[in-house]
Amino acid sequence: MKRIALSLLLPAAAAGASLFLAGHPRSVGALLLVLVALYLCYRLPVARPLRILVGAALLLWTIPAAGFQNTFLFELGIQIGIFAALALGLNIVVGQAGLLDLGYAAFFAIGAYTWAIFGSPQANAFLPGGAFPLPGFPYFYLFAALAVLTAAVTGLLIGLPALRLRGDYLAIVTLGLGEVVRVMANNLDHPINLTNGPQGITPIERPSIAWLLGLLRALGAPASPVVGYSLFFYLLVLAVIGAVVLANLRLDRSRFGRAWVAIREDEFAARAMGISLLKSKLLAFATGAAFSGIVGAIFAAKQTFVSPESFTLLQSITILVMVILGGMGSIPGALVGAAAVTLLNIEVLKSLSDFFNQLRQSGAVLDLVLFRYDLARLPSQLEPAKYERMIFGLIIVLMMIFRPGGLIPERRHKQELEKE
Amino acid sequence: LTLLPVARHSVGVASDLLNLLPSVLLEGLLLGFVYAMIALGYTMVYGVLELINFAHSEVFMIGAVAGIETFRALSPHLADPFALLALAILAAAMVSGATAMAIERLAYRPLRRRGVTNRLIPLITAIGVSFFLQDFVRLIEGLWHNEFYMNYPSYPALEKSYALGLGMEIQVKSILVMGVAISMLVGLHLLVTRTRLGKAIRAVAQDRETASLMGINPDQIISRTFFIGGALGGVAGVLFGLMYTQINPFVGFIPGIKAFTAAVLGGIGSIPGAMLGGLVLGVMETTGGTYLFFLTGGAMGPEYKDIFGFLILILILLLRPQGLWGGGMKDRA
Repeated sequence: MKRIALSLLLPAAAAGASLFLAGHPRSVGALLLVLVALYLCYRLPVARPLRILVGAALLLWTIPAAGFQNTFLFELGIQIGIFAALALGLNIVVGQAGLLDLGYAAFFAIGAYTWAIFGSPQANAFLPGGAFPLPGFPYFYLFAALAVLTAAVTGLLIGLPALRLRGDYLAIVTLGLGEVVRVMANNLDHPINLTNGPQGITPIERPSIAWLLGLLRALGAPASPVVGYSLFFYLLVLAVIGAVVLANLRLDRSRFGRAWVAIREDEFAARAMGISLLKSKLLAFATGAAFSGIVGAIFAAKQTFVSPESFTLLQSITILVMVILGGMGSIPGALVGAAAVTLLNIEVLKSLSDFFNQLRQSGAVLDLVLFRYDLARLPSQLEPAKYERMIFGLIIVLMMIFRPGGLIPERRHKQELEKE
Repeated sequence: LTLLPVARHSVGVASDLLNLLPSVLLEGLLLGFVYAMIALGYTMVYGVLELINFAHSEVFMIGAVAGIETFRALSPHLADPFALLALAILAAAMVSGATAMAIERLAYRPLRRRGVTNRLIPLITAIGVSFFLQDFVRLIEGLWHNEFYMNYPSYPALEKSYALGLGMEIQVKSILVMGVAISMLVGLHLLVTRTRLGKAIRAVAQDRETASLMGINPDQIISRTFFIGGALGGVAGVLFGLMYTQINPFVGFIPGIKAFTAAVLGGIGSIPGAMLGGLVLGVMETTGGTYLFFLTGGAMGPEYKDIFGFLILILILLLRPQGLWGGGMKDRA
């Protein structure tokens, strides 16, 4: 009985949220409702085909339809998607295999630069012939695949020495290697100009989307190239997330997935059971890196600009916060964590900053008997959007102390934590 | 940090290299003393808790900021730069020590109480604390003085330099940095080896449970260890600010990582190891950064200095995880 009621509730909730978003495409609240409906698709105990159907409708119809009204929704969706894919990749390394990687953004950088260098005139600086930029089609797809490879190989090369170390040393070493990659990207504009240094590389080619624009026209929803590209990258990111989630699930239930959990729980016992530590860890490291690599290539094409600024330690920590907030080892957790942190970063903090600036400009004076403060004197550095580190730091500490399993704890992790 | 403006302009000939060597070594030694003092904080905390206290770099930064605030507050009333510096060092030691203690109490102790066995959880917490403190100090300084970059004041009496021969010149403040660093290092060594508190710290580091059976309160000793390590880090912050003049709330990260490298270099958990490791790293880094410039004909230079530190860390962890001199550590990497 309850199940039938829920089966009716889910589409109803989804339809309600969709209608609300269609009516108010600029409202963040409406978007949140849609995201809640998406979460319900995962959470409610109803028949799986129904959940998939409703979820697909929300992702492929509701959000794109509203996106045509408000392109910012696509932007938000792409950002969330990029970070969700990164968080899922890091989740394999940190959550499942228990290897704390603090330099994850390095693989993201390697993927991004793989396409950025060859998809822009940059490669002419060190290769003769002036053949660059390579056209977006078919080379973008080729290089996206190549980015998977370069990132995975880098992961192997870094992992081979680093993974022999114990957990906390591994963390510091990966942090160091992450910085090494960033400093190299920053300085390899001489003697040979590979990365164009701190100025970064632009413009970067994008794949052609004539087919998508044609399709939209045929469907009676013509779109400008700008909107078309937003839709294209939104769909591309969704497809990548789908693939990554699928790979995650398959790996989780494979021999390797179980080996990772065994290593995470007790290295000695795992080794006694005949698990090859280095091989399993390397696989986790390389898989995580590979996911990061393809997302990097997409990021480069989407932004048409890359610079070392995007691959700092803060970026690695941001992705780690997503994994921790969602719950280490938990696949839905990584998705929820990525959505929450991205929304916090580009929506909530920005709105707070706008509010703050209004306060400053209002010229009002705060008068609390003993304490008078002219609001116009508030320094502009106080904008909340500039305090990501403080907020992320606080999230990390509070989660570790009060809810180490994250918002949506992984089943096996949960058992382990409650046992203690 | 441009450590060696001279090196950028001169062109590499063998005699230049030799002429530069003494001043490069001196520069490295100075940097090394600062690293050594920060490294002690890492190594002592690691000794008692087996935790890489990632937030220690921020304790160092807070010391540097506290030093500047002392100068700012007292310089209208006090003209003597030496007295001002002494007070700044004292204030930094107190503030940083208290910060380190507060971090332990608020962030690490709850985890210990819960009996967390996974070593990654405290490390992740430490990273969170570190990020929090960077912005927290930025917020405070933003509200207070509307500043991000802060400059240590310069006094002619401190900047005056003496020729040492061999092309070396040493400033009064450099002599002070060395003097303070050496006396703190010796003082710490005496504290750990000769006093009851030092004995208790060593006991807790060896075996917390047994120590508690011997009438030692481990929580109290851990707290004091954090205070001592934090105070040393704070003093190092003032010395660092004095040497390089400009600081900011994010200034702790790189010296922090370097100092951790130094601690690992000397064998983490070992106090003399951290001191030697700091000196060796400081000298290696400045010579490496300078000579890379000459060796590659100017193609690569001091911008790779930081990478140099990381590579040393990685190599040491891989090849000699017990540190250059071994010992000090109970279980290996």
